[in-house]
Amino acid sequence: MTDHNGQTAGTGRAPSPPNRLRALVGVFFTIVLTFVGLTAVTFVISRVMPVDPVLAIVGDRASQEVYDQVYLRLGLDQPIWVQYLRYINSLLHGDLGTSIMTGQTVMSDIARFFPATLELATVATLLGVFVGIPMGVVAAVNQGRWPDHVVRVVGLIGYSVPVFWLGLVALLVFYAKLGWTGGPGRVEVYFDGIVEPYTGVLLLDAALAGEWEVFRNAVSHLILPATLLGTFSLAYVARMTRSFMLDQLGQEYILTARVKGVSEFRVIWGHAFRNVLVQLITIIGLTYASLLEGSVLTETVFAWPGIGSYITRGLFNNDMNAVLGGTIVVGACFVGINMLSDVLYRLVDPRAR
Amino acid sequence: MASSDRLLQVHNLSVSFDTPRGEVNAVRGISFDLGREKLGIVGESGSGKSQTGRAILGLTGPGSRVTADRLEFDGINLLNADQATLRRVRGARISMIMQDPKFSLNPVMSVGRQIEEAYLVHTRANRREARERTLSMLASVQIRNPERVYDAYPHEVSGGMGQRVMIAMMMIPEPDIIIADEPTSALDVTVQLQVLAILDDMVSRRGMGLMFISHDLNLVASFCDRVLVMYAGRVVEVCEASQLHHAQHPYTRGLIGCLPSVSHPHEVLAVLDRDPEWATAPSAADP
Amino acid sequence: MPATESQGLRAWLMSDAPASAWQARAQRIYLSWRVFARNPIAMTGLFIVGGLIVMAILAPWITHSSGLDPVLDERLQPWSAQHWLGTDELGRDIYDRIVWGSRITLYIVALVGIIVVPLGLLIGTLAGYMGGVVDNVLMRITDIFLAFPRLILALAFVATLGRGLENAILAIALTTWSPYARIARAEALTIRNSEFILAARVAGASTLGILLRHVVPLCASSVIVRLTLDMAGIILTAAGLGFLGLGAQPPTPEWGAMISSGRQFLLDQWWVPTVPGIAIFIVSLGFNLLGDGLRDVLDPKREGG
Repeated sequence: MTDHNGQTAGTGRAPSPPNRLRALVGVFFTIVLTFVGLTAVTFVISRVMPVDPVLAIVGDRASQEVYDQVYLRLGLDQPIWVQYLRYINSLLHGDLGTSIMTGQTVMSDIARFFPATLELATVATLLGVFVGIPMGVVAAVNQGRWPDHVVRVVGLIGYSVPVFWLGLVALLVFYAKLGWTGGPGRVEVYFDGIVEPYTGVLLLDAALAGEWEVFRNAVSHLILPATLLGTFSLAYVARMTRSFMLDQLGQEYILTARVKGVSEFRVIWGHAFRNVLVQLITIIGLTYASLLEGSVLTETVFAWPGIGSYITRGLFNNDMNAVLGGTIVVGACFVGINMLSDVLYRLVDPRAR
Repeated sequence: MASSDRLLQVHNLSVSFDTPRGEVNAVRGISFDLGREKLGIVGESGSGKSQTGRAILGLTGPGSRVTADRLEFDGINLLNADQATLRRVRGARISMIMQDPKFSLNPVMSVGRQIEEAYLVHTRANRREARERTLSMLASVQIRNPERVYDAYPHEVSGGMGQRVMIAMMMIPEPDIIIADEPTSALDVTVQLQVLAILDDMVSRRGMGLMFISHDLNLVASFCDRVLVMYAGRVVEVCEASQLHHAQHPYTRGLIGCLPSVSHPHEVLAVLDRDPEWATAPSAADP
Repeated sequence: MPATESQGLRAWLMSDAPASAWQARAQRIYLSWRVFARNPIAMTGLFIVGGLIVMAILAPWITHSSGLDPVLDERLQPWSAQHWLGTDELGRDIYDRIVWGSRITLYIVALVGIIVVPLGLLIGTLAGYMGGVVDNVLMRITDIFLAFPRLILALAFVATLGRGLENAILAIALTTWSPYARIARAEALTIRNSEFILAARVAGASTLGILLRHVVPLCASSVIVRLTLDMAGIILTAAGLGFLGLGAQPPTPEWGAMISSGRQFLLDQWWVPTVPGIAIFIVSLGFNLLGDGLRDVLDPKREGG
């Protein structure tokens, strides 16, 4: 899934301040470049699209005059790089165009849909981290024995199961048959609109407003999709933790700690795990980012009103502004989270400081 | 021989490992005693000298099998001891200095904390006392600026300093026996002597037993009291360091012959001729 | 093979002192195979993937229908002797559709592999071997693709290219090649400075010749292992696109699309969407197990100790 940049800084001395500055400039440069790349791809897609952007606005019954007018207004007569610069410019002003589906600006749509995705992905990641890490550690410590096999099999299953299908089955079993959890959507229809959307994250809003019944209902709706989405991140985190941990347990400083007479618990959590944690930061950032985008399928299955289902609906309605706007926002989050974990990693690892 | 108090008694010790190619015998039935002396163990890589040291501490790792007629330290049977007993011995009574501080120090823990830990594990001291001890220990391995080194991370110290940190860490609980596994092989030649001098000084002053594992025959001969020569998991020769040039075994003689000498320069350095019989002959007894 | 001969072969393979490079190589493969064969997880994976391939090859002989034509008076039937896995909403035999669908799954995996491996190898080895500006530019591009949200980007690609199986495959390939370039580059960097490359260069071999004859073959193995590990992910992504209606279009028996169309019958005829889901699960599990086992074999560090 990734090349984590964990092991590069091991050899040299502490970086001197100019080096650190250069590293920061490098990080910044990468961000800018990635954004340029991202927007270039979306821009190209928007130009290659078989949908005529002018027609999409004026409709097919407009006169040639109106058509030409809009054509000019959109700047389609300009050279392609000017169009790109204009595109970037409007992006920087937060202008992602208007959605055909909703008739509102894509920006305001995203502001409405994004918190739902954020909520889902965050809960799923927390699940993956707090269950996956201990699982991975236990597996590594018991390498080759049954806990290791159990974790490995759980991990492999988590990796192999099509989440959208498991979602359907889970809905059938836990909602339709057993009635243990809430069904599709974020909350039962009759609770809709009770809570004022301050943050857009329903759990937070309900708690802030003291509407505990809404809160409970929202939790019962969240639990299935978050668990399913979390399964993947759990599998990934557990697997990486196991592999990092095995790596560390084979290092000589572990022998040193044991020679000192340190208890096995401290050897594992005080020595090996500290090193693992440094590497895990990147991994956790990566899962979080990938869950933000990976929720597309889960959202579709659970009718979760998030950015993923917004993008898919946009696709089916030929609403390119919605699709590309959503892509850019998710991409930006993706890049942002990865950069954040990179910075965090630099802060935590003494070798990278 | 200075074995009036035999701290460590090893009799017929064997270490083997399971590998995909089958069982590999790293150590095959060796015996020796260690008192408050400096015992050198010499051999080429793969001769089993490192595994001997680790077997004493019960740290040969997963997939290994250790057997012995006797593996006893100060009345404690190390072979059948439970983990708790072993942990009380490790560090506090028997300690080990590893080869390369680049790998043997925890990269994300400050040097001071790592030394301190060795002390805190075996005493009820509080953090402040431990810190004091650590600083004075750093000073006694001739680190000029203990306060600064205390807060440094392993990647920030040089190899020589790292190895002095290692010595401080292993000496701080004042063990009876130190096993030094190639403690200077990863260091520059100029630093080697310095580190050796510190090690020698501390071992002699505290009257510890030292098991000095090395591939360097010259070094061992000049540094230790007694030398054990290992080949293919067996002890082929045991003798006083001063008597090494009278060594009997052809392997030892071969090793000596391989050393370049200033007083008797050779046109071509001798190359060891190996006799497969050496690997199968029974271990030399510890006199 | 007779016992005596296999004894001799075994001895030859286990010998401590290989007499030739060929014997050493054979020994290495044999030892790897022994580790691999001892690993029940890996063998299960091999068995599943092998089964999938056999199923795809034998499809015409082990099915009764093409799985495409509606039989409207046999709609939504449960399991029976005639329809082992029941029938779907158009009366098509689900077992037949699953069997034919295995071909599509293999087609997806193979096609993505055929695009991604050469592309990753080309970019990676070129960057690693040439170094300097070429390396910088190529790796920046790779990084940009690495930093993209994959699934969303695939969605956007499909939106542009139009819905359909081939376009879904292309979209997946376009969003998966970047790690391969990274791996190939890392390998090429270590190979670049080895003696035999220097020798080839001194002997006057062209850069392209060295790249194709020496660097690429040596980098290929790790890229291919990575592909095995990624297979399951590729299958799941393709099925996901199919489920969203962006991949294979009806009536193609693509498993993801089958789940999607069977979705509405989940409550009353649960087997309709469930069976293809299980098929996807088993196959991607098989690839995962296989990849895991391969990695264990090829990365001796993981063998503990």
